[in-house]
Amino acid sequence: MTMKILVAVTRVLDYSAPVRVHADGRGVVTEGVSRAMNPFDEIAIEEALRIKERGSADEVVVATIGPSACQQQLRAALAMGADSAIHVESDATLEPLLVARILLKLVEREQPAIVMLGKQAVDRDHGQTGQMLAALWGRPQATYASEIVLSEATARVTREVDEGLEILDVDLPAVITTDLRLNEPRFIKLPAILKAKKKPLTALTLNELGIEYESRIKVLRVDAPPARPPGIRVDNVQELINVLKDRALLR
Amino acid sequence: MNRVLIVAQHDGDQLASATAKTLQCGRAIPDAQISIVVFADQGNLLAAQAAKLEGIYEVIVVNDVAHAHPLAAVIAPQLAELAVEYTHVFAPATTFGKDLLPRAAALIGAVQLSDIFEVASATVFRRFIHAGNALETVEVNAAVIFGTVRVASFVAANSAEKSVLVREYVPKVSSTSHTRFVSISGKSADRPDLQSAKYVVAGGRAFASAENFKQIYELANLLGAAVGASRAAVDSGFVPNELQVGQTGKTIAPQLYIAIGISGAIQHVAGIKDSKTIVAINMDADAPIFEIADIGLVADLFDVLPELKRAFK
Repeated sequence: MTMKILVAVTRVLDYSAPVRVHADGRGVVTEGVSRAMNPFDEIAIEEALRIKERGSADEVVVATIGPSACQQQLRAALAMGADSAIHVESDATLEPLLVARILLKLVEREQPAIVMLGKQAVDRDHGQTGQMLAALWGRPQATYASEIVLSEATARVTREVDEGLEILDVDLPAVITTDLRLNEPRFIKLPAILKAKKKPLTALTLNELGIEYESRIKVLRVDAPPARPPGIRVDNVQELINVLKDRALLR
Repeated sequence: MNRVLIVAQHDGDQLASATAKTLQCGRAIPDAQISIVVFADQGNLLAAQAAKLEGIYEVIVVNDVAHAHPLAAVIAPQLAELAVEYTHVFAPATTFGKDLLPRAAALIGAVQLSDIFEVASATVFRRFIHAGNALETVEVNAAVIFGTVRVASFVAANSAEKSVLVREYVPKVSSTSHTRFVSISGKSADRPDLQSAKYVVAGGRAFASAENFKQIYELANLLGAAVGASRAAVDSGFVPNELQVGQTGKTIAPQLYIAIGISGAIQHVAGIKDSKTIVAINMDADAPIFEIADIGLVADLFDVLPELKRAFK
């Protein structure tokens, strides 16, 4: 049996660019801001590729949901080394449960042993999709992974939790969400980009997958975060201590 | 009437302060009857602690040996069973709550909001997006609304004079064995908890070594402070991951946050903006940390640390 890894990725505003908010509250400024693959998803692809390169997987399939421009991110994933890609077309902002339902349809098509995705998308910061997919699929979840060791039918996953590092054993198939310290994604080389153009990319619609769409979360407005009052500069430690004492922060 | 269910977080012996803060968020829901649910191996003492919190109607305890170490795969179906009776289900936005809640929400097709910062009404909430660089106001249209609560943005609910009743719930769903706890490491019990500490002292990449970073611990000991770190300090191996503050890592809200040698990437700032007072010490006068600092000192940390230690003694 072929052992397949499905990696779900999402396209976000380039996280290295400063985030600005429209003054009328209609949303975050997207005009003129470049897009990038969600950094946590890039780590998920890298990990899937490393597992394949170690001989523990046969195939890496990458999938995304979004407008046609998202194919850029799929091509980037193919250039990193993924074998094939699936693009589910949608122009709407989808809530995490709907994304999970769509991914479940892809899971039924692809029958992966592992679904890997970033622990959260850095734009909406929901951090829900992996857990929701695991629930709908009725399979284990290992979130916030910083190390993955595979054996025959299980994965031993080290998770970054508030208390420290937790280790779980999960039976496969399973959903694993990736944290920052799992790996450092490779750079894409030019020949790989050219080669990626020849790799298979399948486009699907929500209709074809039998998904009906109804949003239950309505964004009323988006504001800049509350500003902190302007701070002061002090010239030395003694002055700092005096200010802290004045403000009753030190005795 | 709204019926709100709060999922308690605990370490087996004590309720985490995140529980009382999550409760406070639940109390902001208008016309609410609030229950707290405790999932534990032997949860009766924990339930008794929860029963003393102000503003609640009842405590539900689910005793199950499978909860000796909390696993989302085990708790979620049990929580989902209870959740259908409620309009809102809240848990702290800690790794415990963030792991558990979406799994339970999906089982009953509920909507979830992550990292709730403010409750405007029973259906309108505010939450940060883009690593805290924008604040969105959302309206939710769903029978049951799940939410993880940004605990740093809420004060803990007080204790009440009288305890409410505790009832035991026995789930119908049978436990799963596909997910197994192996171990946990890194708990440093002798030090104030980062997420509930009054003072936090944090260091960044500028420390250059784990050896140098020890000076942060010394400073923290003098102040009775918790120790935090930037992602760069964790990635460089100066400190373990559980000390990381930021978008990845912990969100904190101490009275006083002292950032030493931290440049202030937006991902780090996302985790500290609820701090009452932010002190930044950095050699680079243009470091972004100074944009949000209440008190800034441009100086070399290695010059400043001995002076600070003397001053805090």
